[in-house]
Amino acid sequence: MSRRLNMIEAIREALDLAMAADDNVVILGEDIGYFGGVFRATEGLQAKYGADRVIDTPIAESGIVGVAVGMAAYGLRPIAEIQFADYIYPATDQLVSEAARMRYRTAHEWFMPLVVRSPYGGGIFGGQTHSQSPEAIFTHVAGLKTVIPSNPYDAKGLLLAAIADNDPVMFFEPKRLYNGPFDAHYERPAVPWKEHPASEVPEGHYTIPLGQAAVAREGEAVTILAYGTMVHVALGTVAADGIDAEVIDLRSLVPLDIATIEASVAKTGRCVIIHEATRTGGFGAELAALVQERCFYSLEAPVERVTGFDTPYPHSMEWVYFPGPIRLGTALKKVLEA
Amino acid sequence: MAAAGEGDDGGAAGRNLPPLSLHVPQPDFRPGDHADFSQLSIPAAGETPRPETDAAPASMRDLAYGLIRVLDEQGAAVGPWAPRLSDEQLLRMLRAMITVRIYDDRMYRAQRQGKTSFYMKSLGEEAVSVAAAVALDRDDMCFPTYRQQGILIARGWPLVEMMCQVFSNRKDRLKGRQMPVMYSVREKSFFSISGNLGTQYPQAVGWAMASAIKHDSRIAAAWTGEGATAEGDFHHAVTFATVYRAPVILNIVNNQWAISSFAGVAGAEETTFAARAIGYGLPGLRVDGNDALAVYAATRWAAERARANHGPTLIEMFTYRGEGHSTSDDPTRYRPADERTAWPLGDPLERLKQHMIQLGQWDEARHGALVKEVEAEVRAAQKEAEKFGVMGDAVQHSIESMFDDVFEDTPWHLAEQSRQAMDELAEKKRRDG
Repeated sequence: MSRRLNMIEAIREALDLAMAADDNVVILGEDIGYFGGVFRATEGLQAKYGADRVIDTPIAESGIVGVAVGMAAYGLRPIAEIQFADYIYPATDQLVSEAARMRYRTAHEWFMPLVVRSPYGGGIFGGQTHSQSPEAIFTHVAGLKTVIPSNPYDAKGLLLAAIADNDPVMFFEPKRLYNGPFDAHYERPAVPWKEHPASEVPEGHYTIPLGQAAVAREGEAVTILAYGTMVHVALGTVAADGIDAEVIDLRSLVPLDIATIEASVAKTGRCVIIHEATRTGGFGAELAALVQERCFYSLEAPVERVTGFDTPYPHSMEWVYFPGPIRLGTALKKVLEA
Repeated sequence: MAAAGEGDDGGAAGRNLPPLSLHVPQPDFRPGDHADFSQLSIPAAGETPRPETDAAPASMRDLAYGLIRVLDEQGAAVGPWAPRLSDEQLLRMLRAMITVRIYDDRMYRAQRQGKTSFYMKSLGEEAVSVAAAVALDRDDMCFPTYRQQGILIARGWPLVEMMCQVFSNRKDRLKGRQMPVMYSVREKSFFSISGNLGTQYPQAVGWAMASAIKHDSRIAAAWTGEGATAEGDFHHAVTFATVYRAPVILNIVNNQWAISSFAGVAGAEETTFAARAIGYGLPGLRVDGNDALAVYAATRWAAERARANHGPTLIEMFTYRGEGHSTSDDPTRYRPADERTAWPLGDPLERLKQHMIQLGQWDEARHGALVKEVEAEVRAAQKEAEKFGVMGDAVQHSIESMFDDVFEDTPWHLAEQSRQAMDELAEKKRRDG
C-alpha cells in the first residue's frame, strides 16, 4: 500500500525500516534523539529504538563522523546526520582521508558502510551557513558516493539503498523540497507534496539502485541534466516556456549514470546542465566535460551551465543568487537557437 | 602618511602601556649543547599511590602531574603499582621488545639499501607498545599510530608479513597501496594506520561505543603522539569518550619530539599531557613509558576500569624518541646528539632485563643468547620476505588491482581508467623496447 508522504516523512520511514530490519543500524547527530532533529527526520525513532541507537551527540561534526568511522569498523552501519551541509567542513578530514579510503588502504580488510545525511541547498533564507550545496567537494573524492534525491519516493528508495551500501555515501537532502516541490517561483504560494505523483510512497522496503538516473520528462529538443531542487526548476521552466526538453534527474552523482546521459544527448543533440551550487569547479563542470568527451559529434550547440553565482549565499538576496526560470530559460534559448 | 592607529585612541602609540610580545616556545637545548635533564622532576619508583579502578576521577588528579614508576634503580619492582607478572610474561615482553628493536634496525638498513621508500623506528619506545599489548586482551581493538609496531609483534603477527608490507611486495596484504609501516591487521585487532595524525582517536572511541552498544566485552585502545594532541580530533575523541563513558584507553605517547618540534610547541611548557584529562573529568595517569612494568600496570588499571563500565582513561606515556622521526629526518639538525643518552629514564629494554636479572630468572648469558636467537629469526624472516620482492624492483602488483577496493563494485569510470592504465603500460613497454 502506498500513501502520500512528504520528503521528511519518506526519509523518516526509510530510517525506521532500516533500524527495524538491522540491529546494526544506528543514527547519531546533533539534536536527533529525544528532540527528533531540527527538520524532524528522526522524530519518534529514539523512543522506538533507544537512546543508544539514536544517539544525541556533542556539537562536533568531525567527532560525529570520526566515531561513525570507528562504529563502522566495529561492524555497525552508522547513519550520521550533519544538521546542515554547511556544517560538514569540520568533518572533511574524517570523510576524505579516512572513510573514503578505508576499503582501499586496508585492501578491503575494513570497509565503511556509513551514510552521512545532511539537509542541503537554499531557498529558505538560511544565509551563508544554512544554504550551501557542497556536493562537488565530495564528488571529487575517490571512494565516496554522492546521492541527492528530488522527491519523496526517490528519497526513501535511495536512502534505503545508501544504508545497504557497503561504502560511504553522502546523502544530501534538498531542504527546500522537504515539504513540497519547488520550481523557483518563490513569489507564488508553496505547493505541498500531496498533489505530486512522487509523493505516493509504498509502505514497505524498496531500494533505488545508486547510479541510476531517472528521466523526469521525456523530450526531443534539448537534454537538461539536473538533480535535487533543480529538477523541479527545470520541469517548471520548460512547461512554462513550452520547450520539449528531456529532463534527467541524475539522483546519484557518484556513481553517475553515464549511459542515460549519453543516450539522451545523442537523441536531442543539445545539453544544458543546472545546479544550485556555485559555478566554478561545480559538478556541472564535470558533466559538461563528460558530455563533450563522449557526445561531441551529437552536439548541435555548446553545452551550457546554469548555476548559482560564485558568491557566498547572500541572505536577503537569495533569489538573485538562485538559478531560476529566467537564468535557465535564457540558457535554453541560447542552446536551442545556436 | 601616519601609521595605522597613530593619533587615535585605539592605537598603541597613544596608549601609555608596555608593548606586547609573543612567546614562541624554544627547547632548552639545541645541537652543540649538552642536554641536561637535572631540572626534570622524577618521583621515585613505588612512590605514587594506586587508586581503586572505580575511584572518582576527582580523587586522583595528582596522578596527572606525577609519574607512575615501578622499577627502581636496582631493577626491583616496588610500590602499589607493581604488577604480579609470571616469569613467562616477563620473558614474553622482553622477547617482543628485543624483536622490535632488531626488526627496526633491519628495516632501517633495508631502507638505506634502497629496498623500501621509508621506515620509522620506535627506538626507546618499545615498552609503550609491547607492555600495553601484553596487558590488553588479545582481541581488544588497537588504534595505533605508526610507532606501535610493538603491538603487532607482541601479538605474534609474523615478521614476514610485516616486512612484505614494508617492501610493498607481491605478498603485501595491502597490495602496495600504503606507505611502509602503515600496517592493517584485522585478525590481530590492529586497525589500519593513517598518516593523518589524530584521526584514529575518535575512531577508537566510536569502536568502543559500538562495543558498548552491542554489550560486547572487548574494549578499545588508541595511541597518539603528544604533538597530535593539538589536533581537533583529540578534543573530539576525549569529549565523546567522556560523554558516553566509552570503554577506551586513550594513550598519549609523549616522546618529546614531533619531527623537529619539541613538546613545548604542543603545549607542554605549562602542564602535562595527562593533565588534559582533568578538564574533561577523566582519570589522567602519567606513566614512566620506559618502565615496562609501569606501562603494563597502568594499562591493566585502565582496562579493568573500562571493562567495568567506569569509562575511559587518558594515559600519558612519558618517553623519549631515540631516533629521528623517520628515515627522511635528521635529528642532529635540531637537538643535541647526546640527548638520548642524557635522558634520565633510561632504556626500557635494559631496565626490563635488569629487573629479570634482579629476580634471579635471567642473566647476561641467557640474554645474549636470546638476542642472537632473535637476530637469526629476523634475518631469516627478511630473507623469506625478500623472496617476494622489494620496493626497488618493478611494480609488484597487477595494474588492475590498483583500481580495486575504491568501491565494493567498480563503477564505469574506474573501469575505463583501469583500461587506460593498462594501455599506458603496454605503450611504455613498446617504447622501452
